Amino acid sequence: MSQRQVLQVFEQYQKARTQFVQMVAELATRPQNIETLQNAGVMSLLRPLLLDVVPTIQQTAALALGRLANYNDELAEAVVKGDILPQLVYSLAEQNRFYKKAAAFVLRAVGKHSPQLAQAIVDCGALDTLVICLEDFDPGVKEAAAWALGYIARHNAELSQAVVDAGAVPLLVLCIQEPEIALKRIAASALSDISKHSPELAQTVVDAGAIAHLAQMILNPDSKLKNQVLSALSQIAKHSVDLAEMVVEAEIFPVVLTCLKDKDEYVKKNASTLIREIAKHTPELSQLIVNAGGVAAVIDCIGSCKGNIRLPGIMMLGYVAAHSENLAMAVIISKGVPQLSVCLSEEPEDHIKAAAAWALGQIGRHTPEHARAVAVTNTLPVLLSLYMSTESSEDLQVKSKKAIKNILQKCTYLPALEPFLYDAPPNILKHVVGQFSKVLPHDSKARRLFVTSGGLKKVQEIKAEPGSLLQEYINSINNCYPEEIVRYYSPGYSDTLLQRVDSYQPLTH
Amino acid sequence: MATLARLQARSKFVAQQYYFRNSVVDIFRKKEYDAAVKIQSWFRGCQVRAYIRNLHRVTTIIQKWWRSYSGRQKYQLIVKFASCAMKMNLYNAMAVRIQRRWRGYRIRKYCFNYFYLKEYLKAVSETNDAIREALEEFAEMKEREEKKADLEREEKKRDYQARKMHYLLSTKQIPGIYNSPFRKDPDPWELRLQKAKPLTYQRSKVKQKRCISLSNWLACTSARSFPRSEILPPIDRKQCQGPFRDITEVLEQRYKPLEPTLRVADPTSELKAAREEVRRQAWMRNVNDNMFLPFSSYHKNKKYIPLMHSSSKYGPNSYGSQHFRDENPKKWICDKDFQTVLPSFDLFSKYGKLYSKAGQII
Repeated sequence: MSQRQVLQVFEQYQKARTQFVQMVAELATRPQNIETLQNAGVMSLLRPLLLDVVPTIQQTAALALGRLANYNDELAEAVVKGDILPQLVYSLAEQNRFYKKAAAFVLRAVGKHSPQLAQAIVDCGALDTLVICLEDFDPGVKEAAAWALGYIARHNAELSQAVVDAGAVPLLVLCIQEPEIALKRIAASALSDISKHSPELAQTVVDAGAIAHLAQMILNPDSKLKNQVLSALSQIAKHSVDLAEMVVEAEIFPVVLTCLKDKDEYVKKNASTLIREIAKHTPELSQLIVNAGGVAAVIDCIGSCKGNIRLPGIMMLGYVAAHSENLAMAVIISKGVPQLSVCLSEEPEDHIKAAAAWALGQIGRHTPEHARAVAVTNTLPVLLSLYMSTESSEDLQVKSKKAIKNILQKCTYLPALEPFLYDAPPNILKHVVGQFSKVLPHDSKARRLFVTSGGLKKVQEIKAEPGSLLQEYINSINNCYPEEIVRYYSPGYSDTLLQRVDSYQPLTH
Repeated sequence: MATLARLQARSKFVAQQYYFRNSVVDIFRKKEYDAAVKIQSWFRGCQVRAYIRNLHRVTTIIQKWWRSYSGRQKYQLIVKFASCAMKMNLYNAMAVRIQRRWRGYRIRKYCFNYFYLKEYLKAVSETNDAIREALEEFAEMKEREEKKADLEREEKKRDYQARKMHYLLSTKQIPGIYNSPFRKDPDPWELRLQKAKPLTYQRSKVKQKRCISLSNWLACTSARSFPRSEILPPIDRKQCQGPFRDITEVLEQRYKPLEPTLRVADPTSELKAAREEVRRQAWMRNVNDNMFLPFSSYHKNKKYIPLMHSSSKYGPNSYGSQHFRDENPKKWICDKDFQTVLPSFDLFSKYGKLYSKAGQII
């Protein structure tokens, strides 16, 4: 009898513990409860339960801890300060897969908040055990371990280097080949976080043979997986020409272009980021993209989305056009300029407008043909208004000014230049008048048009210091016309005529 | 003496005359002297002039010849240079012609080939159009697939609902709710209900695990546990970095084949299988399948009429002849009855697996 009673006491206690830990784990899923839990001192209560004899209580306690640490970084710091991590790491190596999943979840939740917390995790030797977990046969455990490693490596290059030194990269590449979609996603995201910091880390990832598998997964229909894969490839390709060439050699073109037509906005964004990172290195890579029809796909993609999603595509066009005039001409014939001017006028955000202005400047700066193609779409007045408006940010003003200057220095399309005579500030007016002075001496039709449209009148009204460049230009324009016409249009001519009328004495016969 | 006298008489005269003549001559002397001087100077002058004229003439001739000579030299030089210059100009002009042609050719062919650029841009725009078409098709295909998937899902849902609501079908007596008599045509749900097969009552039974025989336990190990890649890793791959065991060791331990005990390894239907075997042997040997009746019942070919207590409406109850326990199949968890199982001896399973060599024949 007494034995049973004694055992009953123990059973009740176990039941109470189990219930407590399960309720805490459930409450921790709701953010509004967590403050209350924290004030009630849940951390100190959960800590001994991690060492409980019953495995279920251990696992649930670990799960609850993970959810709490996930919520904000104070709780995560409390986890670190409470010396819970070494115990977790030690038992990670020994326990069953549910515990491993829960412990890896705790490590992930702690490591995601700041580099110091992630460093604390690395310092207690968690990386080795996480890497051993990556070899486990249960895909849930692998996923949790890969997630934790990814969050640790995300913060800075030293932490990424620590993760790589623990030997995680080959195992992550193996994880990518597993059939479970969730595991592939997490492994791809971890590789992306590792390779984004420096070229050496990206080279390590490439040496493990990741590119071929990532390139195969572009065809997968799951859109979150595509996001991660494209982001991983773009983080690899962005560092140097060799890495970008290796990514291209994996035959991602023209498959990547189908991703530009995906329903998910972020897949489009990541795909255009990848193409941008490849295009920006050398003219040969840009040429490759142009030859594969990438420019047309990117332009269509820009047309079909709005806001920040467009930004990488716009920058990609700018980079391609910046390399050489043939590539800029290729962008022009793919109907890129109307699309870019639409972006410039209808986007509300300044940084996207600045990118569009920069891209247009790169397209139009090469030869008069290019400048004409840009000027014909009536973007120059828009650029001028952006430059002059007080609401534009400094970056936008600087970029639009540079774009206007670059285009104007090559523009010989006079109908687009004429509006500039009227409302341009003096530093831009100089270039406009300079262009007129270059074109007018040789073209008689243009001269006629210049006079009839009132341009000559406006030029006379410009006040310039004698000896300055502007005055020289004005003089060379005036030299194209007979003197009477110049005098006719000079300001105050009607007044001088009237004065002559006043002072004329008619001959009295 | 006469002469002397004459001379002396004349001496005065002579002196006079002498003076007179001297003075007169003096007067004329200057004149004559001047005249003589003039004449002489004129003559000398003429002489000198003639001489000088001669000299001039001669000098002129010499100078003429010298000048013509030197002029001719200069002229030859000039002609030489002029002809050189003309030749050089000609060569220059010809060289310029050649260079002009060559430079034009070189720029057009190697540095900036306008026609090649035009072709290239045309090819690029054609590729662009092709890609745009292909992408449009791809997007359309995706949309169609999605729509199809949506439609199928809807169909399945409606089907399931129709199966659940099959009792709302209209009968001959009572029109169902979807078949109101005031309607011209029955509601489409009515037709769907007609086509639907009613759901069977799912007995709560334990999910049947697929019966895996123990011999291919290895085959049933989950596909997830063994990483499969299409390309095999190279043979001389170096060890992965980290605290890993040797891969062969690990695989050996992980995929150690099961060594079941005798009790587990024996199939439980052994007794039944043995009975079947005996029956089969007997059937093989039999000539005639009919039961061999004893002679005493040869004439008794009446059908046996069972007791009413032990028969049911549809024939004799199997209770009492085929099974002797009260059974209630509706209460069974799974749809099989208890089996008679004779376990094998545990003793024999330890044979050969103990460390001690007691009892072994040496």
